[in-house]
Amino acid sequence: MTISWTIDGVREALAAKKVSARELAGEFYKRIEARNAELNAFLTLSPERAYAQAERVDAMAATGKPLPPLAGVPVAIKDVISTRGIRTTCGSKILEKYVPPYDATAVERLEKAGAVILGKTNCDEFAMGSSNENSAYGPVRNPEATDHVPGGSSGGSAAAVAAGLAVAALGTDTGGSIRQPGAFCGVPAMMGSYGRVSRYGLIAFASSLDRIGPFARNVKDIASVLQIISGRDPQDSTSTTAPVPDYRAETEKPVKGLRIGVPKEYFGAGMDEGVRKKVEAGIELFKKLGCKLLDIHMPHTDYAIATYYIIATAEASSNLARYDGVRYGLRVEGDSLLSMYRKTRGAGFGAEVKRRIMLGTYVLSAGYYDAYYLKGQKVRALIAQDFRDAFTKVDAIVTPTSPVPAFRLGERTADPMQMYLADIYTVTGSLAGVPGISVPCGKVCGKLPVGLQLFGPAFGEARVLQLAHAFEGAGGADL
Amino acid sequence: MKISREDVLRVAELAYLDLSEAEMETYRKQLDDILEYAGKLNELDTHSVEPMAQVLKDDQNADATLREDLVVPCAVADDILEQAPDPEPPYFRVPKIIER
Repeated sequence: MTISWTIDGVREALAAKKVSARELAGEFYKRIEARNAELNAFLTLSPERAYAQAERVDAMAATGKPLPPLAGVPVAIKDVISTRGIRTTCGSKILEKYVPPYDATAVERLEKAGAVILGKTNCDEFAMGSSNENSAYGPVRNPEATDHVPGGSSGGSAAAVAAGLAVAALGTDTGGSIRQPGAFCGVPAMMGSYGRVSRYGLIAFASSLDRIGPFARNVKDIASVLQIISGRDPQDSTSTTAPVPDYRAETEKPVKGLRIGVPKEYFGAGMDEGVRKKVEAGIELFKKLGCKLLDIHMPHTDYAIATYYIIATAEASSNLARYDGVRYGLRVEGDSLLSMYRKTRGAGFGAEVKRRIMLGTYVLSAGYYDAYYLKGQKVRALIAQDFRDAFTKVDAIVTPTSPVPAFRLGERTADPMQMYLADIYTVTGSLAGVPGISVPCGKVCGKLPVGLQLFGPAFGEARVLQLAHAFEGAGGADL
Repeated sequence: MKISREDVLRVAELAYLDLSEAEMETYRKQLDDILEYAGKLNELDTHSVEPMAQVLKDDQNADATLREDLVVPCAVADDILEQAPDPEPPYFRVPKIIER
């Protein structure tokens, strides 16, 4: 029998001495051993570090002192987040043997709170993708339907939590890479506001968009993890001093009377009919919970994909310039320094990464900067203004997370443009910098999970969690 | 057609990417599709719009002013060099760039 562990469940079991942290870590490694060959969710396991941490937790428990909030909780970390002494590949051949010399702040904080790091999860190369099929180490399979993709780019983290191979996981979201795989695998998944969680140690893709956030079995657990990883970090100048509320307490607040905006631009053509029905049922559920649903307009939504793929690729082309075969990662020798750079990068990067570097380099190059990059930054300002305007009228915004449920492996790889277009509902919030969560909202075709997305105003994580928690409690996952 | 083969060559050169002939043609076509689509941004009049170059407002950003320039020890220099393809501590070694 497989117990569906939650963070609260782990805490109670440890306190009641029903299980030790070491036994729990052992159980999760057994589960991983049983399922990972099929799912490919983990790229690297870190049992030495996990058991050492579990033993520290057990020693603490033996003294009878109160345990830290995530004591003994087995977690998984997306492979773009640095872990000291544990290989971190970014899903790329160019970092196949890279072992970071330091921990990301989010990882350090999780471990300080007692979490046990099981290993590193598979993802699209440098977090570029929406299906996990761009990993140099093979795709992840969706635990709910193994011939389907888990979503991306944090597909391994989503699949690990959905399959019960970790109690919680960290992912990263640049244009939907936490929320969309959360939706596809049927688990809650959240990105906090830009600036909420330190990105020190996150290997950069697009610095004005990248965020770290949690996957978990329920919204309360999302709050527990977000609580730990949020807050100012002197090592990341973009992490803010905005106070971190008690997210766990906030999730319990009543939602009656809260105003939720329904932007019609998110319910247009191109949406799967099954997804539409489920999300509409989800909106009805909020009405039953006593929320006020209001029609709103977000007129620049339709420009978000073009804006996102200009800005994200421009930043990526700059961030990925560091992989030059000198300081870390792959080197392919050439007959000059420049030929070494070209050969290293040509051999080390996969197709999607090269495509984005090319696009980003183009939009930043002389003669095109104003027409594309500057234009993109201006339209980004309009999209952010859409959100600010909406939040003068409503407390939160509800949308589908993705216009489609998980698709079959290989079904969409031929045409990158089609893959990009499916990010339409998630990239908007990424560009605006606001927090967003995806929560399970029923299934279509009897097995494919649907995600309902909630956006809140910048640093309004508490409100988003509160609504998501009420939705979950009212049976949103079984709609 | 917005993107020519010469554009692809120029961009690959700027980005230091060795591309095969097949990749050249694939990327030419795909970049063309994507930029064609991006052209829809021109439907919007953005003359009076300030570009959004920063996400955080100054008052949300603790480091909007510069921090003190203090020297702090780095304990991981050796570990960093260990990751290099061709280290010669305390240096990274690169192929010769200056002929004499």
